[in-house]
Amino acid sequence: MTDSPAAARRARRVEALLRAELPAASLITDPLARKTFESDGLTALREVPWLVALPETEAQVLAVLRICREFRVPVVPRGAGTGLSGGARPLARGLVLGLSKMASIIDIDLDNAVARVQPGVRNLAISEAVEEHGLYYAPDPSSQIACSIGGNVAENSGGVHCLKYGLTVHNVVGVRLATIDGEILELGGKGLDGPGYDLLALVMGSEGMLGVVTEVTVRLLPTPPAKRVVLAAFAEVSAAADAVGAIIADGLIPAGLEMMDAPAIRAAEDFVHAGYPTDAEAILLCELDGVAAEVEADLARVSRVLELFGAFSLTVAQTPEEQARLWLGRKSAFPAVGRISPDYYCMDGTIPRAHLADVLKRIGDLSASHGLAVANVFHAGDGNLHPLILYDANVPGQLAQAEALGERILELCVAVGGTVTGEHGVGAEKLDPMCGQFDAPALEQMHALQAAFDPHGLMNPGKAVPTLTRCAEIGGMHVHGGRLPFPHLPRF
Amino acid sequence: MATGKDLTGALCEAVERCAATGGSLTIVGAGSKSFLTRGVEALPADAGGQLLSVAEHHGIVDYRPEELVLTARAGTPLREVERVLAQAGQHLPFEPPQFHGGGTLGGAVAAGLSGPGRPWRGALRDALLGVELLNGRGEVLRFGGQVMKNVAGYDVSRLQAGAFGTLGLLLAVSVKVLPRPSVERTRVFELPPAEALVCCRAWARRPYPITATCYHRGQLRVRLSGAEAAVTQAAAQLGGDDDTSSGFWPALRDQRLEFFAEPGLWRTSVPPAAALPAEDCLVTWGGAERWWRPGDRQAARRQAAAQGGYARPYDGSFGVRTGAHLSGAESRLSERLRQAFDPHRVFNRNLTSTAEADLAD
Repeated sequence: MTDSPAAARRARRVEALLRAELPAASLITDPLARKTFESDGLTALREVPWLVALPETEAQVLAVLRICREFRVPVVPRGAGTGLSGGARPLARGLVLGLSKMASIIDIDLDNAVARVQPGVRNLAISEAVEEHGLYYAPDPSSQIACSIGGNVAENSGGVHCLKYGLTVHNVVGVRLATIDGEILELGGKGLDGPGYDLLALVMGSEGMLGVVTEVTVRLLPTPPAKRVVLAAFAEVSAAADAVGAIIADGLIPAGLEMMDAPAIRAAEDFVHAGYPTDAEAILLCELDGVAAEVEADLARVSRVLELFGAFSLTVAQTPEEQARLWLGRKSAFPAVGRISPDYYCMDGTIPRAHLADVLKRIGDLSASHGLAVANVFHAGDGNLHPLILYDANVPGQLAQAEALGERILELCVAVGGTVTGEHGVGAEKLDPMCGQFDAPALEQMHALQAAFDPHGLMNPGKAVPTLTRCAEIGGMHVHGGRLPFPHLPRF
Repeated sequence: MATGKDLTGALCEAVERCAATGGSLTIVGAGSKSFLTRGVEALPADAGGQLLSVAEHHGIVDYRPEELVLTARAGTPLREVERVLAQAGQHLPFEPPQFHGGGTLGGAVAAGLSGPGRPWRGALRDALLGVELLNGRGEVLRFGGQVMKNVAGYDVSRLQAGAFGTLGLLLAVSVKVLPRPSVERTRVFELPPAEALVCCRAWARRPYPITATCYHRGQLRVRLSGAEAAVTQAAAQLGGDDDTSSGFWPALRDQRLEFFAEPGLWRTSVPPAAALPAEDCLVTWGGAERWWRPGDRQAARRQAAAQGGYARPYDGSFGVRTGAHLSGAESRLSERLRQAFDPHRVFNRNLTSTAEADLAD
């Protein structure tokens, strides 16, 4: 940084204070080492941070926050860095507060069926640690082998099983939160509610803007003894989309209900040879779990509905290996698409299921008019779309074109009563689309809420909630109702 | 679909007027939970106090069963919501209490109370997907939405659950609904208290289709819900006898059991395996919720805190957010949050106590 002598003195002072509070390996100042932290999973947004602190204890977290508060240094909390919305994108004059060194499982309490863990513990590591007791932690974001539970709390992460088992908010019963004020808030615990405002729910998905999570208590569920997976192939995207609503209207809540369209099917099949029908325009992958008798009954019902809605083939996995193979295609879909296109841009809107067929068709139209292909692979059961926009960053203008198409898709999601982000978060990426989803008073209320936790705006500034100025500049402050195609729907 | 009556304009005006004149509004729905709010009577009119009824702002706005979401104005009676859902074979998974047979959807959210199925089917706040809220400046704000997965902006919707209207007046809410189970059966076991608790905890680690438990005076009732085959199998595995009484769970939910009639009732929320008090105690939520009348109230508070939970009287003080149960940091933060939503203290002024009023029970 080329700064005034006063600023340079201040910078040296901050570094010296941090060095006094942290172990030597926990403060990273070397430019090359800092570059490792320049982005999260959304690599298009990069910035090398001024400093990186990797505390080992809650006391060290508090010390770092105290110094940052005193010297007004912005703090960007970071878990495993797998986030897809730039929520952990650093600031050139800010400090990245990485929780990767706080990665111990503190306590597995079988009597209360909960585990108390540090924020840097990997999502999957929790399930692995309790597997021998027939228990698991339900939310399973696709990055679960790498992503951390603290990051899951910040993003309110989902996964393929949220339809039945909920998101992070439904499966975390307590957190310890260090605020920029230097306080520790103990929210929730091993019980099921607390006596004050539901701050625990508020912290879920707050993208590191209310405080730093230093401990998480998760509830553990019994592993379902039986599981069946069925793959249904359709000649029409709209038929598959309608079957999704019909399964749920029939009174069934599958553990997972995923959909892929033709480009995604073919890419996945070429990549991992999961045995997917490459002549299908769409497939549905439906997982049912529970006790054996119930699962068999549900499988029969789901199969009936799928056939009724025109599935031309049904494949029911007969062994755990076959189940794994059917899932492999879905779980490899993103990298598979990465093989057929130099770059892709992953969207994350959610829509009411009733609009699935219509929205997919309109995404197809937008894709054609923007001249960029789109592959769809998504959580159909909860209406959470992941259109992958294929582009080539080396072709001048294509990135901008992909971003423009992405924004049109998110506008479409909002227009039918959905949201611009179902599970990836707003981060630094979806600030502009937020201007279309919320009006000025709602955004202002969110800023006021944040100020209650962080009066100086030091926690992950510039993420999650756009400023009114920004919305005014892009002209995106939409008047609800006036321009939207479904004026009779309440616009929440 | 839209039925009922939209009083948004009138409610906005009332709030704006109060904000301008320094008055205060006491929000009332059906009044079925007024016994939980010490200060439900409005401040005297000459002190600018006014009772604001939301009951007439009612009606189901949007409900499509295949979306598993219902949107209704806050004044919509819970009974009407339940009736409409039942017609489509669905229900509110969080089983909100209907005290004295009444209650509105907005009141249920404001009180944040969940019924016997809470540990298995989720709390009210878990099912809350979106709210339309009138803040203390008279602005209509919309948060969340009608979809299950939504991480756009802060989760202001869930923050409203249990806030007793102190963060704004609820105009409409969207909740997740679920299919009713095709079969429901209750098994009864005769067990001493400690053993009943051990059973509940052991069963929580096994994949049984349990959706409620209640232990009282030597009897453990366990509700099983789901497909016929699964329920029958679980009943055989767990043992016990079929419950011959009917309507037990709604009576428990609405506190119509004889046990609840006596005054002096307390509610304790603790880790489910925490030791039981020696007093006569009705235990729900697999052990996580206890209803009782402590002999020594200070000791009851201390013990619950030591066990990692809290104990509170279930009376007029319940709706009052007090510093007695919160750390200093949480108490101060909560006050700043209230300030952020309602800077002129328009709403339910009597429910935000000062530190001095705490521990008066």
